[in-house]
Order: sequence, then structure tokens, then C-alpha cells
Amino acid sequence: MPRISEPELLHTGLNLDNYPPARLAQVESGVFGFWVFLMSDAVIFALLFGVFGTMIYASVAGAPTPDSEFKISATFRETMALLSSSFTYGLVSLSLKLGARRRWVALWLAVTFLLGAYFLDGEAHDFIDMFHVGAAPEHSGALSAFFVLVGTHGLHVTSGMIWILLMGAQMAIYGLDERVKINFIRLGLFWHFLDVVWVCIFSVVYLRGIVS
Amino acid sequence: MDSGLLWHFLFGRFVWGDLPVVKAWQDPTVSNVIAGGAGVIAVLGALSAAALITYLRAWRYLWTEWFTSLDHKKIGIMYICLAIVMMARGVIEAMLMRLQQDLAVNAPGILSPDHFAQFFSTHGTIMIFFVAMPLISGLINFAMPLQIGARDVAFPFLNSVGLWLSIGGAGLVMVSLVIGEFSTGGWSGYPPYTELAFNGGEGPDYWIWALTMSSLSAMLTGINFAVTIYKLRCPGMQWMRLPLFTWTSLCTAILMIFAMPPLTVATLLLAADRYLGMHFFTNDAGGNMMNYVNLFWLFGHPEVYILILPSFGIFSEVVSTFSSKQLYGYTSLVVATMVIAILSFTVWLHHFFTMGQSAAINSFFGIATMLIGIPTGVKIYNWAWTMFRGRVRYTAPMLFTISFMITFVIGGVSGIILATPSLDYMVHNTLFLVAHFHNMLIPGTLYGLMAGCQYWFPKAFGFRLAEKWGRIAVFFWVVGFYCAFMPLYVLGAAGAPRRTVEFTDPTFRPWLFIALCGALLIFAGFASLAMQVWSSYRQRASLTCPVGDPWDGRGLEWSIPAPAPEYNFATIPQVARRDAFYWRKLNDGAYKPADHYRDIEMPKNSACGVLFGLGLAIAFFGLVWHIWWMVAVFGLIAVIAGLARSFMRDLHEIIPAAKIEEEHRDWLAIAGAATAVPRVLEESPINEGLAICPE
Amino acid sequence: MTSFRALRSDFLAYGTGYLLSLALTLGAFSVAYYRLAAPEVSLAVILVLGFVQIIVHMRCFLHLSWQRSAQSDLMLVLFSTLIIALMVGGTLIIFFNLRMRMM
Repeated sequence: MPRISEPELLHTGLNLDNYPPARLAQVESGVFGFWVFLMSDAVIFALLFGVFGTMIYASVAGAPTPDSEFKISATFRETMALLSSSFTYGLVSLSLKLGARRRWVALWLAVTFLLGAYFLDGEAHDFIDMFHVGAAPEHSGALSAFFVLVGTHGLHVTSGMIWILLMGAQMAIYGLDERVKINFIRLGLFWHFLDVVWVCIFSVVYLRGIVS
Repeated sequence: MDSGLLWHFLFGRFVWGDLPVVKAWQDPTVSNVIAGGAGVIAVLGALSAAALITYLRAWRYLWTEWFTSLDHKKIGIMYICLAIVMMARGVIEAMLMRLQQDLAVNAPGILSPDHFAQFFSTHGTIMIFFVAMPLISGLINFAMPLQIGARDVAFPFLNSVGLWLSIGGAGLVMVSLVIGEFSTGGWSGYPPYTELAFNGGEGPDYWIWALTMSSLSAMLTGINFAVTIYKLRCPGMQWMRLPLFTWTSLCTAILMIFAMPPLTVATLLLAADRYLGMHFFTNDAGGNMMNYVNLFWLFGHPEVYILILPSFGIFSEVVSTFSSKQLYGYTSLVVATMVIAILSFTVWLHHFFTMGQSAAINSFFGIATMLIGIPTGVKIYNWAWTMFRGRVRYTAPMLFTISFMITFVIGGVSGIILATPSLDYMVHNTLFLVAHFHNMLIPGTLYGLMAGCQYWFPKAFGFRLAEKWGRIAVFFWVVGFYCAFMPLYVLGAAGAPRRTVEFTDPTFRPWLFIALCGALLIFAGFASLAMQVWSSYRQRASLTCPVGDPWDGRGLEWSIPAPAPEYNFATIPQVARRDAFYWRKLNDGAYKPADHYRDIEMPKNSACGVLFGLGLAIAFFGLVWHIWWMVAVFGLIAVIAGLARSFMRDLHEIIPAAKIEEEHRDWLAIAGAATAVPRVLEESPINEGLAICPE
Repeated sequence: MTSFRALRSDFLAYGTGYLLSLALTLGAFSVAYYRLAAPEVSLAVILVLGFVQIIVHMRCFLHLSWQRSAQSDLMLVLFSTLIIALMVGGTLIIFFNLRMRMM
């Protein structure tokens, strides 16, 4: 279990160099545990995709289909934002490794946050536009499936944003001690994982809808 | 402000008429009086417990020593206590259902149809989510870290969170006895029946949120166990040296991690339908109830393997210990466990053979289901061969095991019948099915967990359980089980449907009567176990076994004092083979002081887990009754309590090496002064927990 | 490994991952936007590009590899993929079958 007096973490991702074996094991189990949680989250998303797959054609008269309301340019902008935020979080991880200077970490963390905010703002606008034309989740099974799948991803991104703010606060209070660093690693795994899910979403939900 | 609006804001959709007591007053039918009475008993029970604790001035003790503890052993014991309390209610409900069915042959009986429906819903929900799962989490929590030579689980705080989530969920189910009604949709809660259109009341909501708390607890617990076994084994504890119980715990944990998400999805999508007006499973607007059925059983099938695998592990431990013989076929047992775990993800459709798929699909899943019988059979043979030419001692755990081996096979055979789609069409949702799954759960899951409790009880509390009441309990359980459930096979084959409040065929009567007697005998079995604990506590001085190895055990858990110290091992053991402790006893290497004692760092207590679990439970109660301020306030409290942990820094305390050395040497002195006891005298008061290994 | 070399290889990993992902994303969106093929073919191409991009993410951003240090994570991801394939694949097969029989 981490203690403040221990030497600082010197790694990104899961590569640990020059680290005493006992601490290594504890950090590893702390990060591995989060991987396991992410896998259970992956199953949730996979099943939401499954539900979506079986319901996307369950549209009803009187309500628009989800497919008819997709706008490729908005989706593209949101995709670019989220992908870039994954890259900028990589820069956060690198800053942690390179002498762990708080200023750089804070900078890239802020950029990641802004990109994430842009993503969420775009998605919120998309949803509101859909509500305006009557494509709301309570109007058909297909719409319910769409909104819950994409909405769950959006909720996860929102949680990630709150987590970024909390990490900023923790960094301000405790500096970059070992617990803060482990939490940065976990947040990184979470953030990259969310982009992986988004790749599935834009492929299976949006682009499929647009080409059909 | 209009008083109606104010009431609505404060209390949501609750009205006085929702209290069963009020309902019984307004409309005193037998059924309503029973419901009202049950609510009163629940409240009185809770108040008496609180009064007793206050009288004993034990609140501070309970809070600091138990509720806020992050010690895996204490958390394990608390899980088991939760399970026992909930089991009392589950068994009573079973008796009342049996009584109803026995009385209600061409007669109304004592329970209204709606009330009866609540009974079978709470019975199933409680027994699976708040008896079996906590017993499993509790026993694995207690014993597994000891077996692998660890000081605690990988995430002690998460362990506490899981416990209090479970307690919160159980609390919701208990509160449903006092305020409002529970779901009438069975433990499986199929829509569209549980949708707003047919059941807009609070019942299905209680069910959804109680399950959500339990499944969240199981998911976190599964992660904890898997990472612990993966990463915290002591030096030398390689995979093929793990005790079987640890292997089954690992596979159970993996199943928990992957099986809970489908349940989460199913229940949350149902909640989306009910709270947000969506159309996942509704009858109209594109809803598809088959999605629910599919998701629920994607969870439900691995769930039953979660319920059975730990017991299989316990049976392996018990059979080996009480046959005084090494477990036969270790490798095949490990492989069988892994095969069962993987195959459990390939058979879920056998729970809904009758719901419209083609014969080809049904056949695939039917064959896959039959295949699971093979590794299970391998295990039965291995246990039987372990007993063969061993020196078998018929203690209560061993008696449970032997009765399991016979009775469970009967249930397995009925499972093969059910696995055949064309036969399943005849008996699906009849009492035949009910008999089958109780035949797996009671001799399988429950006997194993009860045997495990008795087996590891001395390690937890420092004294053995008296055998007399244990054997009486086994007798009642075994005879009771046969009387209660074998008639159900006959009835089911004769066409009696399940979940039925009244029957019309008079030939059912004798069988229902025998089943009722069986239920009463099972209750006697449950009461005997309680009696066993009470009587053993009274004579604990003569049952004490401080040296810690009352059964001549083989695993590392028997190499430490009883009760186990907070830090488990004075020094982390190094193992070089399977059954390392047993080998050391044989070669005079046990009970030696360590070369070097070091400071041990243990986690401090934390209130955050308690606040999170209870806060979330209250928030979910608010969701049930549409009390939105309650949802917001307590949801926020819960979230803050959970997140606060990452802002805390002073989380550990050091136990100095000198103290550990002193405690260890004291214990070694007790071991040195104790009389080593041959197995034939294991039940006598001389047994202080020091065993002589047979030559 | 010196600090600088380690840093450089990490940066290259993130940079390569980003550029590859950009390319794969642009490819998928182009197929859709410019209607480069028939719907079924387009869909197949989009799914394949998406699948490749996931691998790129796992390798470059999540540092999964066959190395010893990452092995337990890789095994975990592969096992999870198996379970997901069973669950989602089974679901789709069952529902396709149910749909056929409802027609």
C-alpha cells in the first residue's frame, strides 16, 4: 500500500523501470484491478451495443428513426475532439514521467478537459436537435436504444471530466505523490477506454446509419 | 403551499394506505393481517436488536471494531451474519408458501394471489442475492486470503464498500415489508408485467434497486477476489499449488465480474422504461421483451455457477480433511472448475427454450448444457475417490458433503432431463423445475456453505462448534429436503405449474402435505444450526482450540492461531509444494519461531464504506417512492463518501515488529504446552487445535 | 533504458497511435461521406477500419503488448473479448432467429 515517503512513481502506462519489486507488485495490483473494472464496463457497453443491434430497426410510425437524424459533420468534429483528447492525455502521462512537473501536467490536463468539453457540448447539441424534431427516447424502442447507448458513453465521459477536475484538485493539494500518480494512470486507462468505445459508436451507430 | 403538494414533495408517492398495518386495519383478511403482522415483526425485531445493543452499551464497540473495519476476516463474518438474518426470513416465507399450497387445493388458502406473488418474489430474491451471495462473499473473504498466505485482499476499502452495498440492498428488501409492497414479478422480474402499464407501483422498483445494490456489491467483490488471487499470493504459491477452494474462488470471482454486467444492463434498462418512459421492453412502440429475457439469463446462468463453485471448493477441502487423505485428482479438479466456468457462458438459452427459437438453436444450447454435466461428474468421482481408503470422520461438515454427493447427483440428472428441449417443453415452469433448482441449490450451494461455516468457525472465533447439534441439523436438513422437494418432481411431472396460489387437482394434496412437512423439518434444521452456535458459545471453554488446527488441516489457514490475528501471518509464509502446512507438520517444520520479524502495515478503519452503502440505500429508497430530494441529498452523500477516500492520506497503521514477535512467541508457547490430539479424539475437549499427523 | 530514450519511445507510441487513428478515422468517414461503395461494402469497410483502430488504441495508448509486464492485462483483454463475443454473438444469432420465425 502506497506511503508518502516512498520513492515516486516513474512510469507511464504500465511500464515500470528501476522500481523495487514489492512496490511494483502493489502498484501493479492497483492498476490491474482498474483494468478488470474496465473490462466489466466493456461488457456493459457490449451488451448495450447488442440491444442496440436488435432494436435499431424497431422504429414506429410517428417518430423519426435515429438514422435519419444523424449529421456526419457533427459526428466527425466530436470524433476528432475525443481522439485528440486521448492524445493529449498521453502527453499528461508523459509529463508525469518526465520529472513530474505539475505545470506541464496541469496544462495538458486542461487541454484534455477542454477537448472533452467540446465533445460533450457537441453531443448535447445533437441530442437537443433530435428532441426538437420529435426523436426523443420515449418515442420508440430504436430511439431508446440509441439514446441509452450513446448517452451512457456520454455519462462516462462526464464522469471522466469530473475525475479530471478531482485530479487537478488532488495535484494542487498533495502534489504528485504516489497515490495521485496511480489515480492519474487509472484515469488515463479510463479516458483511452472511452475513446475505444467511441470508435465502436461512430462506426456501428453513426456511420452505419449514414451509409444505410 | 398546498398541503397536497408539500406532502408530495416530502414523501413522493407514499400515502398512509401503503403501510401494511393500515391495510390490515382497513381490510382485515387473513392475508392482509399476515402482511401487517410481518411488518410489525420486522420493526420489532429491528428495535429489539437496537435496544439490546444499547443495553449492552455496544454501539461504540460495534462501530470501531466491526462496522468500519477493513479487515477481510471481520467483513467476511459480517457478510455471513447478514446472510443468516435474511435466511431466517427466507425460510419462514418458504414455510408459509408451502402452507398456502397445501391448504389451497380447491380452497382459497390463507394468502391472496397478490400476496403469494410477493412471497415467491421475495423468497427467491432474498435467498439468491441476500443469503447465498453474502455467504459466498463472506466465506471467500474469510478463508481465501489465509489460504494464499496474504495479509488482506487487494482492495480492503472496496471490500467494505461491497459489504455495505449488500447490507443496504437487504435493508431495502426488509423495508419493503414495512412500507409498501414488494414486486409480484418473481425474482426474475420479466417485463412487460413489470412495466409501468401493468405494475406502476413501488413493487418492481424495490426489486430493481435492491438487485442493483447486490449486483454492484458482487461486481466489486469479484474484482477484489480476482486481483487478490492473481497478485497477492505468497512466495512459492504457484498456480498448481493453490488449495481447491482458492481455485474455485478465482473462477467464482471471474464469473462475478462478467456475469453482473448483463444484470445491471437488464435492470437499468427496465428502470429506464419505468422512470424515463422509454421503450426497451414495453408491449408497444418497438419494445422487445425478449431482450430482457436474453440479458437476464446471460446473467442468470453464470450466476448459478457463482452459487455452486465455492461450495465445490469447500467440499474439496472438507472431503480431503475429514478423509485424512490428500485430495484425489487435483489437476482434473482444477481443469474441471475452469471448464465449468467457461461453459457457463454458453448455455443461458436453456432458461427460455420455450420462447420461440428454432429447434437448431435450442439443440445447440441443450447439448452445451449437457456438456457441463461432465466436469461436474469428474468432480464427484474425485471426491468419492478421495474418500476411498481414507480414514473418514463423520463430522457435520463431512455429513453435509456425503449427503450432497448423493442428493446433488439426483438434481443433476433432473437437469439433464431439463436440458433436453422437447422434455423441457413439458416441464418448463412447473414444480419439476422448482424441484430441480432447489435440488442444486440446497444440497449444492447451501450444504457446502453451511459445511464451510462449520469448518472455518474455529479459525474465526477460537472455539469449535459442538458436534451434537451439528449432526441434528444435518439430519433435519437432509430429511427435510427430501420431504420438501421430491414430491415437487412428481407434482411437476403431473402438470402442477410453479408460482401458483391455488390448485384444483385433489391428487396433488398428499404430495403437497409431505412437502409442507419437509419445509417444517428444514426450518428445524435452520433452528438447530442456530442452537448449535448458541450451545457452543455457552460451552466455549471446553471447545477452545487456540493452537488453530482442530481438524489436522492441510492449508496455510490452519498454520496460524485461532482466532486469527489481525495481520494473519506473523511472517509471510514461503511454500514449496501443495499442502505445504501438512508437509511441514509431518516433517516437524511447523510451529517454529521466525528468524526475523518486521513491522506490518495494516489499513485503518474507515467510515466511508458504511456511508456509501447506507447513503445509496436511502437514495434508492427515495427512487422507489419518487422522493426526489432524498435521491439528490443521499446520492450526493454517498458519492462524496466514496470519492473522499482518494483525498485521504493517513490510511495505515503500523503494528511494530516487537508486538508481533511477542504475540507469535506467546502462541508458540501455547502450542508447545498443548497436547497433540489424534483424529479419534478430535471432538473431545482435549483438542486445543494441535494435531498429530498420522504416520 | 535512459530517461530520454524511454521518453522518446513513449512519445512515439502516442504520436504514432494518434496519426494512425486519424488516418483510420478519416478513411471511415470518407467512405460514408463520399459514398465510395455500396452500403453493405461500405459498412464492412467501416467496421474493419474501426476494428483496426481499436487495436491501434490498445497498442499505442493502452500499452498492451506481448511483453511480460503487460501480459496479464493482455490475457484479461483477450478473455474479455471472448466473453463479449459469446454474449453479443449469441444474442445476435438468437434474435436473428426469432425475427425470422416472426415473419
